[in-house]
Amino acid sequence: MTNTTSETGRSLTGKRYRLDRPELLAPAGNLEKLKFAVHYGADAVYIGGQKYGLRSNADNFSFEEMREGVEFAAKYGAKVFVATNIYAHNEDIEGLEEYLKNLEEAGIAAIIAADPIIIETALRVAPKLEVHLSTQQSTLNWQAVKFWKDEGLPRVVLAREASLEEIAEIKEHVDIEIEAFIHGAMCSSFSGRCVLSNHFTDRDSNRGGCCQSCRWKYDLFIDAEQFEDNGEQFTMGSKDLCMIEHLPDLIEVGIDSFKIEGRMKSIHYVATVVNAYRQAIDAYFEDPESYKLKPEWMEEIYKAANRPLNTGFFFDTPGAEDHIYGPEDKGSPYDFAGIVLDYDAATGIATIQQRNHFKPGQEVEFVGPGGRFFKQTVGELKDKEGNKLDAARHPLQEIHMTVEQPVKRMDMMRKRIGKA
Amino acid sequence: MTVKKPELLVTASNLEELQRLIAAGADAVLIGDSRFGTRVPGDFTHEQMAEAVSIAKQANRDVRIYVAMNNIVDNKMVEELPAYVTELERIGVDAVAFGDPAILMAVRANAPKLKLHWNAEMTSTNHDTANFWGRRGATRFVCARELNMEQIAGMKARTDLEVQVQVHGMTNIYHSKRSLVQSYMDFKKLAEGANANGDEADMYLMEADRPDERYPIFEDSNGTHIMSADDLCMIENLQELMEANIDSFKIEGLMKSVDYNETVVRAYRTAIDAYCKDPEHYRFQEEWLEAIQAKQHPDRELSYGFFYKEQVY
Repeated sequence: MTNTTSETGRSLTGKRYRLDRPELLAPAGNLEKLKFAVHYGADAVYIGGQKYGLRSNADNFSFEEMREGVEFAAKYGAKVFVATNIYAHNEDIEGLEEYLKNLEEAGIAAIIAADPIIIETALRVAPKLEVHLSTQQSTLNWQAVKFWKDEGLPRVVLAREASLEEIAEIKEHVDIEIEAFIHGAMCSSFSGRCVLSNHFTDRDSNRGGCCQSCRWKYDLFIDAEQFEDNGEQFTMGSKDLCMIEHLPDLIEVGIDSFKIEGRMKSIHYVATVVNAYRQAIDAYFEDPESYKLKPEWMEEIYKAANRPLNTGFFFDTPGAEDHIYGPEDKGSPYDFAGIVLDYDAATGIATIQQRNHFKPGQEVEFVGPGGRFFKQTVGELKDKEGNKLDAARHPLQEIHMTVEQPVKRMDMMRKRIGKA
Repeated sequence: MTVKKPELLVTASNLEELQRLIAAGADAVLIGDSRFGTRVPGDFTHEQMAEAVSIAKQANRDVRIYVAMNNIVDNKMVEELPAYVTELERIGVDAVAFGDPAILMAVRANAPKLKLHWNAEMTSTNHDTANFWGRRGATRFVCARELNMEQIAGMKARTDLEVQVQVHGMTNIYHSKRSLVQSYMDFKKLAEGANANGDEADMYLMEADRPDERYPIFEDSNGTHIMSADDLCMIENLQELMEANIDSFKIEGLMKSVDYNETVVRAYRTAIDAYCKDPEHYRFQEEWLEAIQAKQHPDRELSYGFFYKEQVY
């Protein structure tokens, strides 16, 4: 994270386009993740259905689960979007109309689509669904943004290659909502312009089969000579995007929706990252002039991180320091350990659903929305029946333990890795 | 029985190659420059493009010149588009191949006589998408190379647009805006080293589990490009594509010698002419393939690409 923000804290062109609060848009791989993302402060979540999405390995939602998700989100005033972002082949088209109508009926606010067949069909058969242009279209110029606006799209997700300056130019030329990825893993190619998986494994990357071949290691040969035979190999794998240190730039350039990547990521990841950005955005709008990044937001981000972080293309084209040569760091030294199901204020005992092994004597942290946070040592553990436990070893087991400060339902407990 | 002859289209890196490939039997030549096009085999100035048009006109049959504008367009490029396409129209170029709506807007506004060929490479995958771009002005749809024979045949049956299919040569499998080779060199602190110039060197990638496959990689002003380890070659099965009424067969000449491309054009020319003369009695002749095999790089397999493959997702 070596790039610097503009000194004034204003956008690069010196203009303030709008100071509406941008939407914080979070990924949700399943219903539980959706609930956590919303509870921790997402204004909208995007999910995948059973068809037409690019994460065929994610759990993905049935229409029934979508309805429940929409209902849950509505209580918080949040919206649910569905990614229908594949490039369809002829045989995928059958059933598309019905699928889109079902999304509309389930109360989905928008689809995120790249293929014109999906865009046109949605506009025709499901007029209450907004259509947002996916980053898979690699849109990088205002003229193309205007083209899609004229087609009836209220929002474009730009290519990840767009710089802050280019985003400012696009906002100057076209009055349309702009969504940009601000956090998470990145394709190192132009999105959609990569068929490595097709060639290496016969899996169709643009229909959800991506096997992340860009993160594999390769030998580079130059003029038939192997360039390096014992050191770190060549790779295309990128560090992950993190823009929390540059939030004023993103707001002041006029980005309307801040998108976090990661439909395959854990509850802990999504909730932690959303929590940090939520606090940062709210702090900025409370008092833009004296806004400052709080170190604890960064610390939280690092506790969820899977990979080293960088600022993508926002300031400059990524270089040597932005790719991951050699073994990938594990990232965070913390692991998700449990979810608070209940808390009894009279006894100070919390009911915790086990999400990972933990035991008495271990250091744990409790985290809740809005930055609630404390550390403690795990004391005595009991199961539902009141039997004493030497450790919480069973997935999803309900554990009773004394907590040193009040906790709330859906607070998370994490432990440091490395201690037995 | 009369059969509509499909077009034989090939890329050319310079005027000399263009002339030789037309003489060898190409009906159309795709040229361009690496500002508006990407992965073009050589850069043509407007003057050279005008010369190409004039060479095409002198041929003893109808030969067309297309210009590749398949780059990903940024804001700066948008400003340059009107002048560029206006000049292409004035020169008499027949069509541009494009993959960004900004090009469509610029051509419609400034150069309406230029035909528009939709080519978004790997994302041009279905007939409704073809028809979408058709309603907005495209006359031709260039199929993704990741489609199979059934999908391609189905495409032609359900669109009025001309359908173009690549039948020979390498395909692009990855395009990044990043300078990945340079980044790697910098990481190795060898940026000043003798071999650090990715532009000039012949480079490829190898992956431990696939020791027989060499994936060419190169860097230019448009970023990093990785290419297929094999060369498509559909000459044995060209009949199937002709029976499906595909309008244009493309030979990709990128990273190949003029001599090689000339041999390939001749082979396909012979096959197309033989089929169109007498479809009933057409038989593939082994010697057409053998002529190509004789010039084929030993490390690069000739393959059917995805034409007969089922992919999962």
